[in-house]
Amino acid sequence: MIACDIGKPVRKVDNDIKLSGQAQYIADFHVDGILYAKTIRSSCPRGKIKKIDMPVLPNGYFAVTADDIPGKNSIKFLIDDWPFLAKDKVNYFGEAILLLVGPDRAKLLELADKVHIGYEKIPAILTIEDALSGNFVPIFGQNNKFAVYDYEKGNVDEAFSKAVKIIREKYATGYQKQAYLENQGMIAVPEKDGKVSVYGSMQCPYYIKNALVQALAVDEKKVRIVQAFTGGGFGGKEDYPSLLAGHAAFAALKTQHPVAVLYEREEDTAYTTRRHPAEITLETALDGEGRILGMKADINLNGGAYAGISEVVLQRSIYNICGVYNIKNLRVTGAAVATNTVPNGAFRGFGAPQVIFAIEMHMESLAKAFSIDVLTYKKMHIVKQGDRTATNGIFYDEVKLPAMIEKAQRMSGYTAKRKTYQAKPKLHKGIGMSLFLHGCGFTGSGERDIIKAQLKLCKQKNSSKVEIFAANVDMGQGLQTSFRKIAAKALEIPITDVLFAYPDTERVPDSGPTVASRSIMIVGKLLQKAAEKLKKRWQEDNDIEIIQNYEAPQRIKWMGEKSEGDAYPAYSWGVNVVEVKVDPLTYEVSVLGTWSVFDVGQAIDERIVEGQAQGGIFQGLGYAAMEVMTNDDNGRSRQNNLTNYTIPTSMDFAPVENHLLKTYYEDGPFGAKGVGELTLLGAAPAYASAVAQAMNIHVAKLPVTPEYIMREAEQNE
Amino acid sequence: MSKIKFILNGNAVELDVVPTMRLLDVLRNNLGLTGPKEGCGEGECGACSVLVDHQLVNSCIMPAGNVAGHEVITIEGFNKQSRYKKLADTFARAGAVQCGFCTPGMILAAEALLNEVPHPDEQQIRQAISGNLCRCTGYSMIVKAIKMAAEEGGGLW
Ligand code: FES
Ligand code: FES
Repeated sequence: MIACDIGKPVRKVDNDIKLSGQAQYIADFHVDGILYAKTIRSSCPRGKIKKIDMPVLPNGYFAVTADDIPGKNSIKFLIDDWPFLAKDKVNYFGEAILLLVGPDRAKLLELADKVHIGYEKIPAILTIEDALSGNFVPIFGQNNKFAVYDYEKGNVDEAFSKAVKIIREKYATGYQKQAYLENQGMIAVPEKDGKVSVYGSMQCPYYIKNALVQALAVDEKKVRIVQAFTGGGFGGKEDYPSLLAGHAAFAALKTQHPVAVLYEREEDTAYTTRRHPAEITLETALDGEGRILGMKADINLNGGAYAGISEVVLQRSIYNICGVYNIKNLRVTGAAVATNTVPNGAFRGFGAPQVIFAIEMHMESLAKAFSIDVLTYKKMHIVKQGDRTATNGIFYDEVKLPAMIEKAQRMSGYTAKRKTYQAKPKLHKGIGMSLFLHGCGFTGSGERDIIKAQLKLCKQKNSSKVEIFAANVDMGQGLQTSFRKIAAKALEIPITDVLFAYPDTERVPDSGPTVASRSIMIVGKLLQKAAEKLKKRWQEDNDIEIIQNYEAPQRIKWMGEKSEGDAYPAYSWGVNVVEVKVDPLTYEVSVLGTWSVFDVGQAIDERIVEGQAQGGIFQGLGYAAMEVMTNDDNGRSRQNNLTNYTIPTSMDFAPVENHLLKTYYEDGPFGAKGVGELTLLGAAPAYASAVAQAMNIHVAKLPVTPEYIMREAEQNE
Repeated sequence: MSKIKFILNGNAVELDVVPTMRLLDVLRNNLGLTGPKEGCGEGECGACSVLVDHQLVNSCIMPAGNVAGHEVITIEGFNKQSRYKKLADTFARAGAVQCGFCTPGMILAAEALLNEVPHPDEQQIRQAISGNLCRCTGYSMIVKAIKMAAEEGGGLW
């Protein structure tokens, strides 16, 4: 079959193996002589480790501590402060201190109970407020901040001096757990000459490889990383797997046995990374008609105990704070602060869901202050082609928001419903619309200066088959199919003639991590270019190998030090509408309908994109409505399983009706832009806006729980 | 330890196990059937779903001793049947499979439903899979797949 219209859905290549139960996720691997590792964790949020009492270990059982790490005891990130295993001090409840390793998992649990660790406690920093108070000894640096940013566009002071009205509001968002159905897991196998191979559930094989090369202090040839079937990632398997892989590798090298580190749900929920909670202050200067003259934004993210990738998450927050609005005079300050809690990390949207919620709700407040209909007010301010971005870059491509809004209005009946529900507050119904964008790919010049992606495409002599060599993974988002489709289309060959194995760092070049909605737009474009070159050489009577390196699009200009220029090469766009009914006695919310319109350029497969839309919106609704995660006085997560951390079931929300706009982005393969993260961003503000209308309250916090609605409603009375 | 006899995917099996062991562990570790997955280990997610006497069961909270004398079907047994072929086809066409971790459980939940109610409505389908969590799809494409199977499955259920 030749894919003629690239968007037309094809059968996914991995349906059968997954449906029939034959797909081997890491916990399904059978390895002879395997040992298991049980992580012993801190029961103290912050303190010095005073003593460790160990039980006598039976034959065949081992303890692995920080002293068994041959190289640097820290996970490789921008800032390397996160130890694989704590040595003298701990910085959060649940921090890994040592591993018990042995053949019988039940026995390991028994032994784990007999490990006693003594601490000298240090007052712990548990919240953003604590972190900024200056009342505690800093966890990180002098000011307890992993990263601080500050940028300005236009002339903010002048804008504020001309203001007829100034409105200042605070917003707060909570944790969210990725809650992929497959928990994290890695198996390390010791090989000859000190080499180690690690198999597991992951998004970024080369992140893990680089982390292990540093931690093991070995030549890069001594580390091999292979992805297994991966049961969902959503960002949660971007950064954290490096830690698991390290643990498995240290244990495997020490014991000279294969070692499995397989988290159970409790460990995974309580101790792996989550979405950063945020506190956001927006202050807006307005003229007499309600037009925005300027804005000041201050954003604080709770980074947890170690820096990890918090700085990069913060960048996405501060550069997307304007949402889809044209704000000419802007000052943004932001920090990722250190607290004695589980380090936070990547999660679909990556710092954007927090700020999109804040700006959307703030726009609503501004509209209200001038008694202007909220959608009318938003439309007064939306960006159009040629306008400047928050960082003074340019929206190069056509912005189709007006058409998308119209489409969403038609699909949902928004305008009439909004009016009716306003007029009849006793119905306790509401409908909200969110407008949003997502910068596709890495923020700033990361792609050009740090990642430097490379992809390889090969065809053997006398074979009709073509093989893709890339490090990007399929974690459920369909990359196995969409990459093959891109190659098949460019080469005009059947998709069955395109091979694309799960990445193995010994076979594939570093085409970069599977993050930031970059796989299709960035790596897919490399693939298309490589395939076009191969097509020209198709008749050659020898093996052909095409290497394709990333080149930044000409038009993109970015000055990182000044936070100025094009923070992203392109933007995907979305409009979401959510309709709710609130029970005025219990404050329970029912979602009556959800509608979405997305501009993701050309879909590489409309059915795959539909799946992203459906799944992303549900995750967004979970973030908005039900996914509560809080810490106790020890900074310990109160939620540690799927009973107390509830994610949406098939019964929770009405089905989503979705529409895709067809647009074309010239630097994406066949016109495609990023998809995966965009789909999560709009649900929360649309939901919050609907609930706000239904109960005549202002929503300034996520998640919007019945308790929150009750408090706000009672305050109104 | 005690001897447990049951029918597994159409064949009689006899095992020496501690009867309080979780059925999931017996299937995965003793019998090498890794189609049933562990997502939570406490009856919340349905990734470990199997059919016991054609009822959907979370094998992570069922003691192995309870299946003595009963019939157990896992995805490995069900995937040979024509009903599976129909469901696999509609799951593919509806785009109901993403990461696949919930998928074997979803297929068995669908089978348990259609076996009882060959022509379920949307609400019945949503109810039937409500014990099976999926973090990827948002469920609607799975619901659609089951609906399609019911419509096209003429005579299979
Ligand atoms: S693993 Fe059995 S219900 Fe989750
Ligand atoms: S497809 Fe991933 S959990 Fe359902």
